[in-house]
Amino acid sequence: MSPQNKTHAELADKFNRDVERVNWHDQTLWFVREKRDKAAHKIAEWEQLREAASQIKNNVLSNLHDYLVEFEQNALRNGIHVHWASNAQEHNEIVHSIIKKHNVAHLVKSKSMLTEECGLNEYLHQQGVEVVDTDLGERIIQLANEPPSHIVMPCIHWKKEEIGELFHQHLGTPKGNADPQFLTAAARAHLREHFLTSRVALTGVNFGIAETGEFIVCTNEGNADLGVQLADVHIACMGIEKIIPKRNHLSVFLRLLARSATGQPITTYSSHFQKPREGQEMHIVLVDNGRSERLASDDFRNALKCIRCGACFNTCPVYRRSGGHSYHTAVAGPIGSILAPSFDMKKNADLPFASTLCGSCTNVCPVKIDIHDQLYKWRQVLVKNGHTTASKKVEMNVMSQVLSHPMIYKFSGSVGRWVMRTLPFMVNNKFNPWYKQREMPEASTTSFNSWYQNNRKA
Amino acid sequence: MNIGLFIPCYIDQLYPQVGIATLQILERLGLSVTYPTNQTCCGQPMANSGFEHLTKDTSHNFVTNFSDFDYIVCPSGSCTLHIKDHLHDDANPDKAISIRKKTVELTEFLTDIIKVKNLDVHFPHKVGLHQSCHGLRGLGLAQMSELIAPPFSKPENLLSMVKRLELIDLERKDECCGFGGTFCVFEEAVSVKMGQDRVADHTVHGAEYITGVDMSCLMHLDGILRRQKSNVKVIHIAEILNSVTK
Repeated sequence: MSPQNKTHAELADKFNRDVERVNWHDQTLWFVREKRDKAAHKIAEWEQLREAASQIKNNVLSNLHDYLVEFEQNALRNGIHVHWASNAQEHNEIVHSIIKKHNVAHLVKSKSMLTEECGLNEYLHQQGVEVVDTDLGERIIQLANEPPSHIVMPCIHWKKEEIGELFHQHLGTPKGNADPQFLTAAARAHLREHFLTSRVALTGVNFGIAETGEFIVCTNEGNADLGVQLADVHIACMGIEKIIPKRNHLSVFLRLLARSATGQPITTYSSHFQKPREGQEMHIVLVDNGRSERLASDDFRNALKCIRCGACFNTCPVYRRSGGHSYHTAVAGPIGSILAPSFDMKKNADLPFASTLCGSCTNVCPVKIDIHDQLYKWRQVLVKNGHTTASKKVEMNVMSQVLSHPMIYKFSGSVGRWVMRTLPFMVNNKFNPWYKQREMPEASTTSFNSWYQNNRKA
Repeated sequence: MNIGLFIPCYIDQLYPQVGIATLQILERLGLSVTYPTNQTCCGQPMANSGFEHLTKDTSHNFVTNFSDFDYIVCPSGSCTLHIKDHLHDDANPDKAISIRKKTVELTEFLTDIIKVKNLDVHFPHKVGLHQSCHGLRGLGLAQMSELIAPPFSKPENLLSMVKRLELIDLERKDECCGFGGTFCVFEEAVSVKMGQDRVADHTVHGAEYITGVDMSCLMHLDGILRRQKSNVKVIHIAEILNSVTK
């Protein structure tokens, strides 16, 4: 997925060459952040809700084994087939085995970031099975052969004119038509055929309830419902952390989820799936894929509380100005930056540094994940494991040496200021990334320390 | 009350006037202030880059310089936060913990400890307040726009005591400026864009000065303003609070 193994900084630099697009991307997502604020302000007990959600999730993570066993027992009792996948490969193989059994060559899919994480579409394609993403945003990027740039709004980086052109190429809509309503209708007609002919439908899961063995899928477009109601087989893919203990806990999360995600009071559909309808086959694939390992880590465990609302994306000033693809991972943004290194430390070593540690992500998080603190902690882990550059290592060692010794510090400071004043070209040049678009600070003739010794010490 | 003055390394080297203003404010309040002259840096530049393990000596030096004060006052939210969250010293673990508790950012100190109610200072300008993230979200100097909670602001409250100062409204009152320590060079493009957007919010609302509790953010914004050949200036809040009426 990583375009030529470029870092976030390199990809963000490229994204920033089109200033108008950056402004548009920033403002579009900031608008969603503001909608979230307005929706949250209507709930007087918002902060208590966040705390309740956080505590429920803490309880889940402390008792995950028991809840999973309870969930499985109840799901089995309801007539659902339950599968366990320890990693992405197993998940993909399980899904494929179900499809193979039914001897179909295509299926419809709705609302699953987990299958993005596991690379399911590519895997099935190699096995000769075509997946049709049915949610409009997902379908757009699928036609464009791109990964999502946002977990809730996957094609937020596409302008409507560009979508008009894409649809013209792939769906034969008239050239130059970028009317959103017209394009949506065109996508609807195109997808309807897939809905009607797919015997297998795949969905994600927002919440699995241990007490009842049911699962809930939250959508706005209703494609998950249409897909599974028309298909003979429903496969639901679910990360093991999506469990909540009881049905009445759901109210806490449903009040938080859509408000945090888009500023809506609730998603258009909150569909409960408890047992297969007459003649239908229903499967749940429970996926670990690194989650147990994260559960064992005190520092990074609570990232598993994530309910995938995307609020941290919308508020992140870096995400808004670098775009989702610069994160080169299925889940971008702040939450992606703390999840990705545990999948592949080397490949994602740059992501925890794609942040100013401003902390806004932590404040909007509906389940109170300490995202910015985890970014800081990941930085320490990455450097300790050698995932840094030789030059950065040298710079940091020199810096540490200078700052650890008052005499060297004072001497280097005065030399540095002398250079800045006397030989400005030594710092004002193209090798200094600060100077590229910013002036250097004007060097003072004295330090505070010297001033103090001259004016107070005596 | 025995006050230790903690002047961050970049203020010491590049913005001595901010250290002087801080010292003079505290002295005018009749406080006994000492600046330990062997202080260097809190270690944050290394720690935020993932090299916390290289901050042992800076931390030890910090503890050596600052263990004998009732309060340690610092004109930087970011450096204060680093001390409060991360100061360790294997040689003196208890002293380090005690220093963590006693280190206070300047506007917080004036508001919560000294409980300043009025200031005989004036600054006849339109001023935009840049809320630096570490002061805001780390130290809680003001209410954060993300939370559903009653508004307050310690820096704004102090600025409201400054005669003839007009505080301007901003579109995004607590968005990060993009400085972020070494982020400003390793993520140069995004850092600059964030800074440009912050600057634009202030200038479009008529700011003559951009102020804040962190000179590092202001240094970044100043670099952008001067590249744009703007007339808008940055000024640390201590300098405004030290603009004594003549």
